[in-house]
Amino acid sequence: MLALPIVAAILLVASFPAAAQDPPKPEPAADAPAVPGAAAEPASAPPAGPPPAPASAVSAHDKPGDEGKHIAVTWTLSPDDGAGARSVTGYEVLRAGSPDGPFVATGVKTPAGKTEAMDEVPADRTDYWYAVRASTGGGATSDSASFGPARSSPSWFNPQKSSVAVFTLLFCVAAAIVLSMAKRGARFYIRPIGGINAIDEAIGRATEMGKPILFVPGLLEASDVPTMAAFSIMGRVAKKVAEYQSRLIVPCYYSMVMIVAREVVKGAYLEAGRPDAYQEKDVFYVTQEQFAYTAAINGIMLREKPATNFYLGGFFAESLMLAETGFMAGSIQIAGTDQPIQIPFFVAACDYTMIGEELYAAAAYLSEDPKQKATLKAQDFGKAVVLGLTAVGALLWLTLPTWAVWFSKIVADGDFLFSRVARLFGMGA
Amino acid sequence: MKRQIPLLVCCVAGVIFLLQYFSPHPWPTYLAERMLKWVIVIGFFALGVGIISLWINHLPKVLKQAPGWGYNAVALAGFLGMVLTGLIWGKSPGTPFIWMYNNLMNPITSTMFGLLAFFIASAAYRAFRVRSLLATILLVSAVIVMLGRVPIGDFVFDKIVGPLGAHGVLGAAANWLLNYPNVAAKRALNVGIGFGQAAIAIKILLGIERSYLGGEK
Repeated sequence: MLALPIVAAILLVASFPAAAQDPPKPEPAADAPAVPGAAAEPASAPPAGPPPAPASAVSAHDKPGDEGKHIAVTWTLSPDDGAGARSVTGYEVLRAGSPDGPFVATGVKTPAGKTEAMDEVPADRTDYWYAVRASTGGGATSDSASFGPARSSPSWFNPQKSSVAVFTLLFCVAAAIVLSMAKRGARFYIRPIGGINAIDEAIGRATEMGKPILFVPGLLEASDVPTMAAFSIMGRVAKKVAEYQSRLIVPCYYSMVMIVAREVVKGAYLEAGRPDAYQEKDVFYVTQEQFAYTAAINGIMLREKPATNFYLGGFFAESLMLAETGFMAGSIQIAGTDQPIQIPFFVAACDYTMIGEELYAAAAYLSEDPKQKATLKAQDFGKAVVLGLTAVGALLWLTLPTWAVWFSKIVADGDFLFSRVARLFGMGA
Repeated sequence: MKRQIPLLVCCVAGVIFLLQYFSPHPWPTYLAERMLKWVIVIGFFALGVGIISLWINHLPKVLKQAPGWGYNAVALAGFLGMVLTGLIWGKSPGTPFIWMYNNLMNPITSTMFGLLAFFIASAAYRAFRVRSLLATILLVSAVIVMLGRVPIGDFVFDKIVGPLGAHGVLGAAANWLLNYPNVAAKRALNVGIGFGQAAIAIKILLGIERSYLGGEK
């Protein structure tokens, strides 16, 4: 019978609020205004010792250039930071939804000596108030005065990408100018590129020999830029093949590439006025395994003995295997890739190689559209700017190294550039 | 309309991805992620078309017993074998699918990759023939780099020129060739490639380049 009141007494004690069981909280320092409603210390905290002086000048603001939900909190170190018996060993950020609290610990902690922290808040466009809790190794704490309101919001522009944005804009402006010149009838000189000039000759040779032409569009996806460039050249090659009534074989690494390649070749045959000559089975999917694909193409080369092989797009370790097999099969070979490591292999084994940017220039070069050619001039403008900047940077490094550091920051450090431009227009610190 | 709608879709998608690159805002990120999901869905259908293409390409040759039809039969048998074992027993470790992958596919792939060494030898023989001044410079540079990158090269060279007080010259020369002329050329290439890619992107966004849609008109 005695058990019942004992259990009732235990339950009664256990149901008391946790704060009621806490040991007395150390008094804040005399110069430390207490944060209203600050969360209580845990019940098991050991004797804490004298509390440290609190951090001061707490400030909070939205983190610029982010996706939102981040507020940067800064403060001035406690006078007890790093020295004395009440030495501060760390800080913790407290957050509240109203100036009256309750201020709860966010879990964002920094070691002594740090004056900033990043708080991830639950929601954007909501007011939050902040305080900073300084704590000693013994567990004594003191809270700073609160600051607020601060609210986070997502940014539309990432300042770190300012340099890229400026160069992209300059390039677009240059492209727009040359395009408008092209529309008004301006003609641009384009330097001859051996590999591109050889395309017609190679197709003609295949026609004379009565052998097919092999077009390998690389091992990248249809959405990758080298493959897009390959599609452009494929269209021109297919049109010429259709006119010469030859045969074009296109083995594809990805089924998506095959679907686009079929559209490109079919469209070219249609443009050439020979839709009946288009053979869908000649544009086919092989496999998505690198060396199985290589083996399949090498087999095609040795069985079909194509008169001309085009390797245009993104290539990797298989580049030399393909080009050497084509060489052994006696084909004329025209290659082009933007992979710098593979370019020497193509140069060694192929008759003509489009090096890097020439792959992208080829489609414009082959096109009769002046707008296509105009974009090559925009590229020249971009290269001239880069060359100029490189020369200025090198000269500064040799003569005025301090200016060179500033110059390289302006050119390459987006944040630095953005802050300087913002300051220029009175928008930033 | 057959051209205008795809061009519009391409332009809008391009602008969204451009926005997503420059903007950390959740909206462009959300839209770009949605579009990438569409790409996965379209890719799934494209894979189906690819498999049909595979069968159309190989099966008639097997049925007609065309020259080399055995290779076509092996290709189809390999496809069926991998698909069926994967569907029946799954792809967890110890299943027939993984066994075939580890014991058939991997050795075959490694063998193909191993052949690259012989292709390099034959290509190097042609590339390094002394035919002109440039070819000679290429040959001399290649010899310096190849010997300078292996310990025995430096060891032998030091034995020869060591008495003259020139230690480690070959390695230093190889490093200089790799770190200066080589890097300069690579960076120049990368600058050109970057602008070339940007030009292609602008042409596609503005609808100037439309061959990927199946023609100019």
